[in-house]
Formats: sequence, structure tokens, C-alpha cells
Amino acid sequence: MGHLTLTLPVGLLALSLLAAPAPAHAETPEEKGRAIAMETDKRDHGWGDSDVRLTMTLKNAHGDTSVRDLQIRSPEMNEPGLGDRSVTVFFKPRDIEGTAFLSHTKILDSDDQWIFLPVLNRVKRISSRNKSVPFVGSEFAYEDLVSQEVERYTYKWLRDEPCGELTCHVTERYPVYEHSGYTKQVVWTDTTDYQPRKVEFHDRKGALLKTLLFKDYRQYLGQYWRSHTFDMVNAQTGKSTVLTFSDYVFMVGLSEQDFRKNRLKRAR
Amino acid sequence: MVGMGDGLILFGAAVPAVAEKPAGEWDLSAEVGLEARVFANKPDHPGQSGNTFSPSLFIAPEIIYEWNGGDDRATLKPFLRLDRDDDNRSHFDIREANWLHLGDGHDLVVGIDKVFWGVAESRHLVDVINQDDRVEDLDGEDKLGQPMIQMAVSRDWGTLTGFVLPGFRERSFPSDDARLRGALPIAGDDATYDAGREDRAIDIGVRYTQVFGDVDFGISHFHGTSREPRLSVVAGATGPELRPHYDRIDQTGVDVQYTADAWLWKLEAIGRGGHGSYFGAAVAGVEYTLYQIRESDADLGLLAEYLYDGRDENGDAPLTAFENNVFVGARLTLNDPEDTTLLAGAIIDVGDRSTLATLEASRRIGADWKVEIEARALIDIAPSDVLSGVRKDDFVTFRLTRFFECSRGTSSDPPEARNPRVDACRDSHRRPSSSGRYVR
Repeated sequence: MGHLTLTLPVGLLALSLLAAPAPAHAETPEEKGRAIAMETDKRDHGWGDSDVRLTMTLKNAHGDTSVRDLQIRSPEMNEPGLGDRSVTVFFKPRDIEGTAFLSHTKILDSDDQWIFLPVLNRVKRISSRNKSVPFVGSEFAYEDLVSQEVERYTYKWLRDEPCGELTCHVTERYPVYEHSGYTKQVVWTDTTDYQPRKVEFHDRKGALLKTLLFKDYRQYLGQYWRSHTFDMVNAQTGKSTVLTFSDYVFMVGLSEQDFRKNRLKRAR
Repeated sequence: MVGMGDGLILFGAAVPAVAEKPAGEWDLSAEVGLEARVFANKPDHPGQSGNTFSPSLFIAPEIIYEWNGGDDRATLKPFLRLDRDDDNRSHFDIREANWLHLGDGHDLVVGIDKVFWGVAESRHLVDVINQDDRVEDLDGEDKLGQPMIQMAVSRDWGTLTGFVLPGFRERSFPSDDARLRGALPIAGDDATYDAGREDRAIDIGVRYTQVFGDVDFGISHFHGTSREPRLSVVAGATGPELRPHYDRIDQTGVDVQYTADAWLWKLEAIGRGGHGSYFGAAVAGVEYTLYQIRESDADLGLLAEYLYDGRDENGDAPLTAFENNVFVGARLTLNDPEDTTLLAGAIIDVGDRSTLATLEASRRIGADWKVEIEARALIDIAPSDVLSGVRKDDFVTFRLTRFFECSRGTSSDPPEARNPRVDACRDSHRRPSSSGRYVR
């Protein structure tokens, strides 16, 4: 299994870039793009800790599927620049049941990661790998799944255009992380609720590599939007991975203790 | 009139996102495996079985019950193996039978549990709590359950864990007529002890761990009956045999790992007294991982470790094969949906070049099956080497395992909410269990 960890995918929702509410002066496209990212990030604050179960369905070019079932727990870290912590536990396939990852994400540095191996009851700190590596054989790279802090990118707003029944801002962003697998990403964010609808990933040669669609948005606690389906298709290989999320549970009473190395062996 | 129970159900339905602590949640699963060992050579010692092909079966169920929102958990993990050719290898053990309580800043375990300490790959020097289930495999990674009371306190300065270990487990050894038992039969039933109370003596352990940036540090101390027996030659009824003796020891251990991107630097060191003179032993090594080799998704990990052990070789201390050895290994992880993994490794004695080599491959099949192949070879074993007793016992293991699961949901579910197919444990492709509940 890949030595990767999955932090709360709510971070992916911060991919969206919004029109700045009411610019007091003419913004450059770069400033506008960054303002949009900061607005989106701000809309997520206050969600507290959360717990979500998800199913990952991998499909190859022939249509063969394999399914993984996992759970992600995450506290909210309010200090900007600190990054996120998360615990990911696998339930299916059953031979890896109980395998868990603990991740302390750093914004631009390598993350601290530990894996719990149930067969040996062993917690092992693993190499903070290159984030462009795929997560458990799926089409999601590790860097796709960590929380999308504003500082991870530089931005440029391109245009507004219709997207389905809504209108979307279209913005390009460029990873700051030097080992990123992407030269740029193009993000479609709807102007109504400021949620990302589509992201295109361009590889190191600049060609379109993958397209991610966010579907089935639901609102929680009257405030927070969460997409329940992430559909990632690799345009170059034809393989796809669909993440289907169960209901999110918020404010579950997770303490900082639950994101420490000594509790990882108790994660299941 | 809406009663309390109705109110809770309505409340739960109306606000699915609010965490409602369930009354209790069961999780039942099991592994069942078929194994076949194939021995490459004829046996080296009289009385050993000459069967080339040696089958066995194992069953490992797991029953977990959680309550108080996961703050309390009861676990039961029995293990049973039936081996056609090795009567001692046919055995039953309770790997775990304990109550875990996750408190505010402390964790408590009462019962039988399995504990792992350490960072090295070739030899787990500081790992002293659980006894080896030596009949299972040569690598010392299969363990017998250990009764304990374990309390861990975690603060900003680190985690401090105390262990009270009543009840001692004797090491399991192959039968007199089995392969891998060595040059002389082992009289496991006649073990002797330093401790007057023998296997009822109470042992204690303490461990401190902390993460300092890129360094994972642990220091531990154990005071009690050594898990490693000293095997002495005695005159048995039918000839010479080995009798185990368990000394009282004190062992201090340190384990450190420094993680720098793709490089892991590891050290385990112990000091032990109680087997004659006090001695030290250490394992130091490095692991380097190449990610996505050759544009594929596969990772290749390269490992090298040096093993040293300073114990007296005059019989006061248990014998070890690892007094001056080098380990090299590689692990290839394909990162494919089947989690295919290959491992190759060798531990080589620097002095006499005796080599214990390992080759392992594993892969999942479908959603519920796993196939594994493990080869262990003894190469150029010098007659004076500790491994000489098993030098003709090279073997390959083929293992096919089936995984079962019956997750029964919570005991407080109203009957109409229970999924009858879940209770029947028939459907192995069930969707994930109930959403909106807090599951630790």
C-alpha cells in the first residue's frame, strides 16, 4: 500500500476560488485569484473536528473495479500556516483492516507521517514522501488530498463562464511545492455558494492529466457545504477513482490526544 | 405521546450531523488460512519427519465491542493452528483478550494484549513484552498473548507507559519429530526458572516515548523473567535434549529513528543483566525509499542494518545467531489495487558467512482473499554457527487466506433499522455501515 495519508478532503473544497466580494480598486488577476482562495478558506472555519467514512472505487480502463472503505478523522487547526492533522483508518479490503495513518501536514515542508501495521501491532514513522505519488493505487495523488491551504499556490483568475445551471469563476493556480506533479491546475467555482465544481490537473509537461468533478453537495449545520462525490478521471490512461462520502459527523469530541502517535495503534 | 426513545430517534434523523453516542457497537471478523510448507531437503536429524509437503490450517477470529462512543473497547482475538506434521505447532492461543479505556490524557489496558517496541527490521531487540510464538515462524514476529495491566499517560513532554505483567508465557518450540527443531529435541515441558514462583512471577516494564521533530525516541526498562530461554543440554529419556531455563533479567533499551525525507535512520540498543555478565547489543541501520521508480507507481525500499551482540558465549546467556551480522534487504511495493508486495532479505554472519535468506511475495485476490509465498533459505551455514541445527530445513510456505466480516451494528439500533443481511453475515460486499454515527 502506498505510504500516504489522507487528510480531511474538506481541504479539497478549498480548491474553489471566488470572485472577491467588492474590490475597492482594480485588482490584477493574480490578486483576484488569491482573494478568491482566501475567501473560500475563511468560509470553512468553525467546522470543528469531524469524522467521515468514505468508499473509494478504483476503475481501470477495462472497467474492472476494486473498492476500499476508509474513515478519516480530523481536528480543526485554527492557526494559519500550521497545516492539518488527520487519522485515516482502513476498513476494507479486509486484509488491511485496521491499518491506519497519522499525518501532521506541513504547508510547504514534508509532512510527518506514521503508519500502524495491525499484523505486528507496530507504529512506524515513514518517509515523508514525494506528494505527487498516488494514494493507495488510486487516481488521487497525496497532494490532491491534503488540505489546500492558500499558501500552497499562486493564482490567476481567468474568466467567468456558465457551468451547468450555475455560473463559475475559472481560475488557474500554480503549486509552490517544488516536487509537485503538476505545473498548473484550473478550477471552476460556482458564484452562488463558492464551492468548487471542477478541477483540471496539468502534468509536469503541461498536458491535461486528470479531471476532478465534485458532485452531490449537501449543507451541514446550516452553513457548511460538503460534496459527497469526488470523481477523478485520468485523461491519459482512462482509469478513474470515485470517492463517495457518507454523512460527515462534526464536533465529535476528538481531542488533540487522538492525533498523537501513541494513540494510532488504537485507531480502529 | 412521544416517548424518550422516539424523541431520540427523531432527533437523530432530523440532525444527522450531530454526534450521538451509540450504546455499543460490535465488530466480528475472522481470517481462515490454509498453509503448505515445502521442504527443500531431507531432514538432518534422526527422528524428524521426512515429509516434503507439510500442510496446516489456521483460524483467527476477532471480536470487538465498543461503547461510550469508542472510549471503551473490549477485544478478543483467539488463534488456532492445526499442523499435520508438528504436534507443537498445532496450538491454541489467546492473542488478545482485554479491555481498553481511552481516557483524557491516559490509556488503560487490562487483560491479554500484544505490545510492540522498536524501529529495526532485522531484529527486534528492545521488543521484550510478548513471548515469541516460535512454532509459527523463524522471524520472531509472531507473538503469544501477554497478560498485563498497562497504563499510558500522554502529555506534551511525551508518553510514559507502565506495565505490570502477571503470568509468563513459555516459548513454543517444534516437536521432537518436526522440522526446524534443531539438532537436539527440546523438552519444552521441563522448563526451569530463576524465579521461585516460575511462571507466576510478576514482571514489570516502563517506557517513555516522544517525538522530537524528525526524531522518534523511546527508552524502556524491563525487570522480570527473560522471554529468551537458555537451552542447556541434559540427558533425556531417549538421549540428549535441550531444556529451557528462564533467567531473571533487567533490560534497558533505547530505540531511535531519524526521519529525513526518503531516508530513515534507525538504532536499537539494549543493555541486559541477569545472564552471567552484563552485556550490550545493538542494531543500527538505514532505509531508503525510491518512489515511483521508472515512471511507474511502484516504490522500492532499500534496507541495510548491522547487528551486534556482546553476550558471553560460554553458556551463561541464551545463544544468538546475531552477534556480528549484516542485514540487507529490499521491499518493492507496486501500489496497485491488489497491494502486491515483494520482499527480499539476507542476514549474513560477518565471521563465518552463514546466511539466512528470505523471499516473500503477497497479493490480494478479489476483495476477500490473499495469497502469500514465503521462502526461507539457509545458505553456507558453518557447523559452529547457531543456525547449523536447521541448515537443512530450507522451506517455502504457500498461504491462502480468506477474510470474513460480520459487522453487527449497534445494540441500540431499533429493530427496523437493522439490516437483516448484515446480521446474517452473508453479503461480503456490503456498503459501509451506518452513517452519521461516531465510530472510533
